[in-house]
Amino acid sequence: MDIHEYQAKELLSNFGVAVPSGALAYSPEQAAYRARELGGDKWIVKAQVHAGGRGKAGGVKLCNSENEIHEACDQMFGRKLVTHQTGPEGKGIYRVYVESAVPIDREIYLGFVLDRSSQRVMIVASSEGGMEIEEISAERPDSIVRSIVEPAVGLQEFQAREIAFNLGLEPRLMQQMVRTLQGCYAAFSELDATMVEINPLVITGDDRVLALDAKMSFDDNALFRHPQIAELRDKSQEDPRESRAADRGLSYVGLDGNIGCIVNGAGLAMATMDTIKLAGGEPANFLDIGGGASPERVAKAFRLVLSDDNVQAVLVNIFAGINRCDWVAEGVVQALRELEIDLPVIVRLAGTNVEEGQKILAKSGLPIIRATTLMEAAERAVGAWRNDLTQNTKMRAV
Amino acid sequence: MSILLDRDTRVIVQGITGRMARLHTKDMVQYGTNVVGGVVPGKGGETVEGVPVFDTVKQAVEATGADASLVFVPPPFAADSIMEAADAGIRYCVCITDGIPAQDMIRVKRYMYRYPKDKRMVLTGPNCAGTISPGKALLGIMPGHIYLPGNVGIIGRSGTLGYEAAAQLKERGIGVSTSVGIGGDPINGSSFRDILERFEQDEDTEVIAMIGEIGGPQEAEAAEYIRDHVTKPVVAYVAGLTAPKGRTMGHAGAIISAFGESASEKVEILSAAGVTVAENPAVIGETIARVIGKAA
Repeated sequence: MDIHEYQAKELLSNFGVAVPSGALAYSPEQAAYRARELGGDKWIVKAQVHAGGRGKAGGVKLCNSENEIHEACDQMFGRKLVTHQTGPEGKGIYRVYVESAVPIDREIYLGFVLDRSSQRVMIVASSEGGMEIEEISAERPDSIVRSIVEPAVGLQEFQAREIAFNLGLEPRLMQQMVRTLQGCYAAFSELDATMVEINPLVITGDDRVLALDAKMSFDDNALFRHPQIAELRDKSQEDPRESRAADRGLSYVGLDGNIGCIVNGAGLAMATMDTIKLAGGEPANFLDIGGGASPERVAKAFRLVLSDDNVQAVLVNIFAGINRCDWVAEGVVQALRELEIDLPVIVRLAGTNVEEGQKILAKSGLPIIRATTLMEAAERAVGAWRNDLTQNTKMRAV
Repeated sequence: MSILLDRDTRVIVQGITGRMARLHTKDMVQYGTNVVGGVVPGKGGETVEGVPVFDTVKQAVEATGADASLVFVPPPFAADSIMEAADAGIRYCVCITDGIPAQDMIRVKRYMYRYPKDKRMVLTGPNCAGTISPGKALLGIMPGHIYLPGNVGIIGRSGTLGYEAAAQLKERGIGVSTSVGIGGDPINGSSFRDILERFEQDEDTEVIAMIGEIGGPQEAEAAEYIRDHVTKPVVAYVAGLTAPKGRTMGHAGAIISAFGESASEKVEILSAAGVTVAENPAVIGETIARVIGKAA
């Protein structure tokens, strides 16, 4: 789960990480008022969206007056911000963060990630702050400093000092830098984060070490023990279909194609998408309905897949292990009857009791296109979709 | 021979009194697995499917001589259960549980390193379907009847995709020495490389099949190991050619976040290491059959 910059800054400052003073606003008027409260004569107005690359996309504006704050806000509120991370649909701006501008001397990149090679938390730092880490890796790989944290004892001071010296920081900044690094690590480990990124961490003209930006992501599997983090979820930043799926315990990712997929198991779901592509089609979604495939879950899955208007055929691929194909087949038939689906539906069942399952599908009288192998299923789905296109019968059901 | 698990392995089930655990205990016993007990704190003295339940893993090990464990414990408590097994002298543990916090798994792995290598428990999973040595024993939730006994060693991250591969092999009359699910989580007990090492040493395994997917470095690390240390032919399939970057595809670990983590990059890296790659999931069985034909 992702959170907003202002939320990440608040969490990190609780762990001793210094941040510029700032305040949240839900309207241009409130933003101007917040600026007045903060004082000074230079402010940064920052669109709060769950994506990086805001600066280049016009989501971060330096303002020298209340008028400029109004103008900046008018261009943000209610609009969609499109950055290289959001996809073409962008993310809605409903909140802005107003921050006092600070004089910047140096910019540092600081990231904490779960490193899957060492299976530990890794700190990635670079003296080339302000650039995306991908750019730094490509253009200035020599500037990157890495350090792995021993989970039994946490981040030690000497490691933090090593990072700071390797970044070329002066000894007088050491204490602040150690506090920042240890604060970030403590927040990461105590709050079950999967990512903390401060880009840039700045050294100000008056020798302060401040987190100018902050991003945090959290482990969905650990939210049960952090209700205060779970509350920070902002559904306005999520794809509505994906949020709805998540609320129903289904794992869904929307894609650009037109063949909807309903599969049990994540690996098999990806493999099904790949096979559709190979057969000349494009998958409309990834959907894993879980190892079991009860009638209720199958029905929910159909509703979800059909809520995408681009879907012109649905491919169901279930490998029944624990549960039997006859039971899955009954679920599919029940769902199709309830939902009165007018699109071509291709069903491929495999595993336990497959013959009985096929019989149930055949006897239902429903126009289900059956397939035995994965390839056959994909070819029939693509064929049905093409046919559907040529006849131009885009009848829809809910 | 097989790896990790055979007819003599003495198995306990942690969390045996849960509904799913009972169901699968029954299946495992029916398959011929030597299930000797279960562990649920506070339920010692009960019996499930004819096997005695103990309060602690230590008690279960003392009373039954168990050397393997299947963890069926809910996510908040699963890490604790794995560590309990490691401490009680269990040799091999399979964790089925999906949804364990990543940092709990980091702590589990750190904890397991307290023990010297010869006494260290082997863990596969979490978030996997388990391990099966066909015709001998089953430690997990997979349908036993889709596997024939034979000489192909399978290592896979995904449950149902692994079934798909096994079913394609069965269709061609090809059997499996052992099939090991390493699970879909980012922090897992054993990697492809760890299991490859065992299959390389196993007399009965002639061909090794790896079923990978997007996300993480473990396929690339395996490729390097195969190039330098594996003499047996290896076949691989990597799922997720159509998966977009930066999105989690069901498994917590199935997300492309760095170079080398996409399916096409993994395919390239594996091919360069001499691995025969099945281009799509429909030809996994066919590709293995072809490689066996060549190897024979």
